[in-house]
Amino acid sequence: MNVVFYMSSFVAVIATIMVITRANAVHALLYFIVSLLSVALIFFVLGAPFIAALEVIIYAGAIMVLFVFVIMLLNIGSEAAEEEKRLMSPQAWTGPVILVAVLLGELIYVLASGDIPGAGTVVVGPKQVGITLLGQYVIGIELASMLLLSGLVGAYHLGRRRRSGERRKGVS
Amino acid sequence: MTAVNPDHGLILAAVLFALGLIGVMARRNIIFILLSIEVMLNAAGLAFVAAGAKWGRADGQVMFIFILTMAAAEVSVGLALLLQMYHKLKTLDADAASSMRG
Repeated sequence: MNVVFYMSSFVAVIATIMVITRANAVHALLYFIVSLLSVALIFFVLGAPFIAALEVIIYAGAIMVLFVFVIMLLNIGSEAAEEEKRLMSPQAWTGPVILVAVLLGELIYVLASGDIPGAGTVVVGPKQVGITLLGQYVIGIELASMLLLSGLVGAYHLGRRRRSGERRKGVS
Repeated sequence: MTAVNPDHGLILAAVLFALGLIGVMARRNIIFILLSIEVMLNAAGLAFVAAGAKWGRADGQVMFIFILTMAAAEVSVGLALLLQMYHKLKTLDADAASSMRG
């Protein structure tokens, strides 16, 4: 499992360097999704399969979609078409595709090797996480629900267009 | 195959956090600043999970779930602010919003 860990770490660091150096926001998003996927693989080999699934579903799935929506809202007029042309060019997607191919190779290797996630790793599964979350940390869930509610209200209030008669562009 | 040393996970979390911090300080586009903040939050979560894996406890994973909740709330408010700023200033440059009205 060590080789899987170090290769995903390598992919994560390379992808994150690409995120903070890209000029185009959509390219940076592609690289950031690759970085999140590799971190999910690291969670898996560290013995946290539940967190690995949450990383893919919520971070790479939901939060990144918010970013994509906002970038789409900001792309206006003819710039959007040129953007689309540049996005389809090979140099835009070869980098992420190579990095994802490395991750896919690791995944096939993990599945083929049989012992998941490696001998000696203590796997803390969803059951233990759920017992701890809803037992010891139940006050944290209440606080998180209040945080999410305030985030919802705040995003609705801030995303509202001030002038009346115009189309409302909310993020939530 | 041997188990992964969680200390190396902590080192990776530190590297990713430093990269996110560089992004926040070096970039002037607000979208990239928000993305770099996400990188930093993700690195903090990785540190929690690696520390939890070192002792074989579930507490680190619980903390990651809280960080995930916080990141979702933060990014929704941050992106709403970004949209408002773009409608007002017609730019995504963070330096354009450097002065207060009062």
